[in-house]
Amino acid sequence: MGHFKHTLLGRLLADPMAVFAMLIISGLVLVALFADAISPHNYAEMNLVDRFAPPSSTYWLGTDNLGRDTFSRLAQGSRIALYVALVAVSISGTIGLILGMIAGFGPRWLDNVLLFIFDTLRAYPTIILALALAALLPRGLSTVIIVVVITSFSEYGRVVRTQTLSLKNAEFILAERAMGASSARIVFHHILPNVLGPFFILAAMNLPVVITIEAGMSFLGIGVPPGTPSWGATLKDGFDFIRTTPWIIVAGGLPLILVTLGFTFLGEALRDQLDPKLRKSR
Amino acid sequence: MSDTLNVEGLTVHYATQEGALQALRDVALDVPPGQIVGIVGESGCGKSTLINALLQLMPENATIAAGAIRLEGEELVGASQRRLRNMRGRDIAVIFQDPMTSLNPVLTIGRQMLDIQYRETRSRAEKLRRATEMLGRVGLPDPDAKLNAYPHELSGGQRQRVAIAMAVLMRPKLLIADEPTTALDATLEVQIIELLKELQQEIGCAILFISHHLGVIAELCHRVVVMYAGEAIEEGPVADVFLRPSHPYTAKLIECDPGRMKTKAALLPSIPGDLPDLTAPPEGCIFRARCDKATDLCRTKPMPVAVTGAHWARCHFAAGAGA
Repeated sequence: MGHFKHTLLGRLLADPMAVFAMLIISGLVLVALFADAISPHNYAEMNLVDRFAPPSSTYWLGTDNLGRDTFSRLAQGSRIALYVALVAVSISGTIGLILGMIAGFGPRWLDNVLLFIFDTLRAYPTIILALALAALLPRGLSTVIIVVVITSFSEYGRVVRTQTLSLKNAEFILAERAMGASSARIVFHHILPNVLGPFFILAAMNLPVVITIEAGMSFLGIGVPPGTPSWGATLKDGFDFIRTTPWIIVAGGLPLILVTLGFTFLGEALRDQLDPKLRKSR
Repeated sequence: MSDTLNVEGLTVHYATQEGALQALRDVALDVPPGQIVGIVGESGCGKSTLINALLQLMPENATIAAGAIRLEGEELVGASQRRLRNMRGRDIAVIFQDPMTSLNPVLTIGRQMLDIQYRETRSRAEKLRRATEMLGRVGLPDPDAKLNAYPHELSGGQRQRVAIAMAVLMRPKLLIADEPTTALDATLEVQIIELLKELQQEIGCAILFISHHLGVIAELCHRVVVMYAGEAIEEGPVADVFLRPSHPYTAKLIECDPGRMKTKAALLPSIPGDLPDLTAPPEGCIFRARCDKATDLCRTKPMPVAVTGAHWARCHFAAGAGA
């Protein structure tokens, strides 16, 4: 008891996949925090003389069609990616967590109503809904966040509902009721700690999905406003000149690939550690 | 002095596809203060329904069609949810059958022991001290360290001790023990029974002990109620009922107890026939279809017949059949 190697972090550090994932994620966080300090150039500065420069010691990852330094733009873009991912996942996760527990624990009719809402929202393809909402809402990060929240909270809701439902008739819940606990107490003190494990796994797995949605929307021109150094905008700039200067789109795709790998590996490592059924079989 | 628990004419129905399933019919039961009353009966006789009804925690499709449940004179049927919540855990507490599933797997023992004291206005330190004291009292080794343990770090017997500590922590007036030793091995069973006896003396609570183990009932209880197919068919002091069973079902049940067998046999004895269909219970005596002694008289419902002062059976022949 109390030994570090038995804590969650200790167990994660013993797993090479988790260490790799945490290295990538901490790298991303560090870059985002110190983006201004590590950027060799101002991300918005245009050097028309050096347009389409290939990677060199001055421009580590080359420049784009306006002569802006790609590395500095990607470093700045990590802030946007992290911001959107964390805000959107927290909002949709919280909504999904609460609605899922209500659906699982509440009366049957409420469960049916919420399930209907979850299923309806899940049936919409994210990008189509994004296009529709982008036509209605002003362009910007908040629109991206709204799109992500609307399309993804149902996923959390369904997972949490299923967990809650399987716990609802567990003997320890009956035991709590027999001890005089109210429904609110049972939900927040006894069911919540039991559903948090799967919930965090899902959230970790969803972070890169959100980053990709933001990049995708920016790529399509319905995400961030023009000039914002989002990874998706860099991809879009690179796409226009893919035949002549392919390094722009390659550089724009690299951080997306790394971040997706990092969070997916973290999610899987968390699942290995938090899911008791999987842990026993190891 | 009134009884701790007093159940009268309790009738519970479940709404099912086939119609109303009459899980309990006209069940009467008294638990005097400081006494241990056993309930014995096979699976499906209504033991679990009875516990749920006593706690007023019934499934959605269950209704109490008739009857009264009084705890120290206070009616529980129809009492407000608020009042009932207040009584659960404080006045009535339950020890469940399977200690593997009756504790929350993701909270430490300490958290759970604190949690059940949430209504008390004491300091956290005081609550923890009480929890530790009670864990020590129920015979859990090293109770201080166990506060930080999760349920999966304890053995089955230790968990059942924790469950007992939680149930008696609030010094309830009535403790319901739902087959608390079924999931444990025989050595532990004896220890748990001894522990319950001691705690009962210390706290002075009444215990309703549900079991299908006749030996345990005989060892622990003062009185015993025999249930069959949703009816209480015989009740009396343990010695009277077991030595002079007056209902043919009780007699058969005791005959079938493997603990009484003197010779080796390939097959355990059983009572021929099946439980009656409770969506349409037969007229007259509920045990008639399986009873050797049944006559035409048994087509009318028997009323409780006194065998001796505190011993009765729902059989037309009970008064003469005390052999």
